[in-house]
Amino acid sequence: MSHSQDRPGFWTRLSNPGQFLIWSRPLVVPLVVVTAAVFLVGLWFALVNSPEDYQMGDTVRIMYIHVPTAWLSQFVYAVMAVSAIGTLVWRHPMADVSMKAAAPLGATFTALALYTGSLWGRPTWGTFWEWDGRMTSTLVLLLIYLGIIALWRAFEDPLRGARMVAILTLVGAINIPIVKFSVDWWATLHQPASVLRADGPTMPGSILTPLLIMFGAFTLLFIVLHLVGMRTEVRRRRIASLERRLAQRGA
Amino acid sequence: MRRAFAAIIVRDIRLALRAGSDALTLVLFFVMIGIVVPFAIGPDRVLLAQLAPAIVWIAAFLASLIGIDRVFRDDFEDGTLMLLRHGTLPMELVVLAKLIVHWLLTAFPLILATPVLAVLLAMDPGALWRTVISLILGTPGLAALGAIGAGITVSLRRGGLVAPVLVLPFAIPILIFGVGAIASGIGPDLTGSARLLLAAISLMLVAIAPFAAALAVRAGED
Repeated sequence: MSHSQDRPGFWTRLSNPGQFLIWSRPLVVPLVVVTAAVFLVGLWFALVNSPEDYQMGDTVRIMYIHVPTAWLSQFVYAVMAVSAIGTLVWRHPMADVSMKAAAPLGATFTALALYTGSLWGRPTWGTFWEWDGRMTSTLVLLLIYLGIIALWRAFEDPLRGARMVAILTLVGAINIPIVKFSVDWWATLHQPASVLRADGPTMPGSILTPLLIMFGAFTLLFIVLHLVGMRTEVRRRRIASLERRLAQRGA
Repeated sequence: MRRAFAAIIVRDIRLALRAGSDALTLVLFFVMIGIVVPFAIGPDRVLLAQLAPAIVWIAAFLASLIGIDRVFRDDFEDGTLMLLRHGTLPMELVVLAKLIVHWLLTAFPLILATPVLAVLLAMDPGALWRTVISLILGTPGLAALGAIGAGITVSLRRGGLVAPVLVLPFAIPILIFGVGAIASGIGPDLTGSARLLLAAISLMLVAIAPFAAALAVRAGED
């Protein structure tokens, strides 16, 4: 009996900020190594061991960066929305930290998806930018990320800020499908989805394999950066509270 | 409970009517955009009539963004919001009352002023009619988004600038379907479906807004 009282439960250990710093520390370096390895394999496949497209030539290789970052731009928002539920329902400090660390990553991946997309669009469509459905909704997603970051920066008290950001993130989670649908309604020029479809992928395996590896690599990259970002944020808060205590003692 | 709800609406309208008229300033702003845009585009009546739906909606969009900060700001600063929070009326209903007042004071006058813009922008009567309907359907959604933005930023001293930036991306569907519900003539006629979708989005946002904004107001005060 006393044994179970001494040792906190699995979830408590996982989610206590101090414990988080302890258990996540040995994970960082191995994860970085694995991510780098998967990136090397993926890039080798993408740049060397995959065929050119018969129409687009070598520019098709931009896809191996473009599609994974576009996927992450949406995945990161999902991570933020789940964390937002954690903030509002359980008022959990680690959920706040997770939301805060994810926002700039999501904005960066979204910006990368737009940037690579426009690099790819110039030689294949003949224009850097076209007001078509998917590009426009990705641009709107970037604006939403930037708004969330602006809101984080506007609050001095991170606890209050976290709850406001969580509300905004959840309102956004309801709204983003509507934005996406309305923008599609407004203009459609982009090719329809070709990886995740009910009747299986329409790509040949020689292109699909490197693409899937790059998906894995970028997702790992996000996990590593998110973990490191969360560790930094926990430490930053700890420093802030130590400084407050120091100032109180001085007064 | 119904009396308290009505009391808040009456009080806020009375306050707004007595203490200067923000509503008139907003109408002025709305009409001014309609006057300024032709200077940028040129006095070509055909072109203006073609762009009129877009101009009217942009004007309404900007006017509603400007008005966001007034939803909770005064009540927060003089402590009324704190009192309302400890009253018998649930915060969600307080927010709904504020939302109704906000629409009556900022959106409804714009709809009344739309005929002025219609004359200036060379709209034909059919287009004016469609514009008024689309504004009636769309502005409650804009007001609801504004209430959410106002609730989230009410405890910030600099909330006036942040709230429009937060709200703007989420308001894009309203702009799209709002203009879609007016425009006709080019391509397949989708004004009917756009009108229904616009109404659906507005209804949904009005349903969500009291809960989201009340949550934010409560979180901002403790």
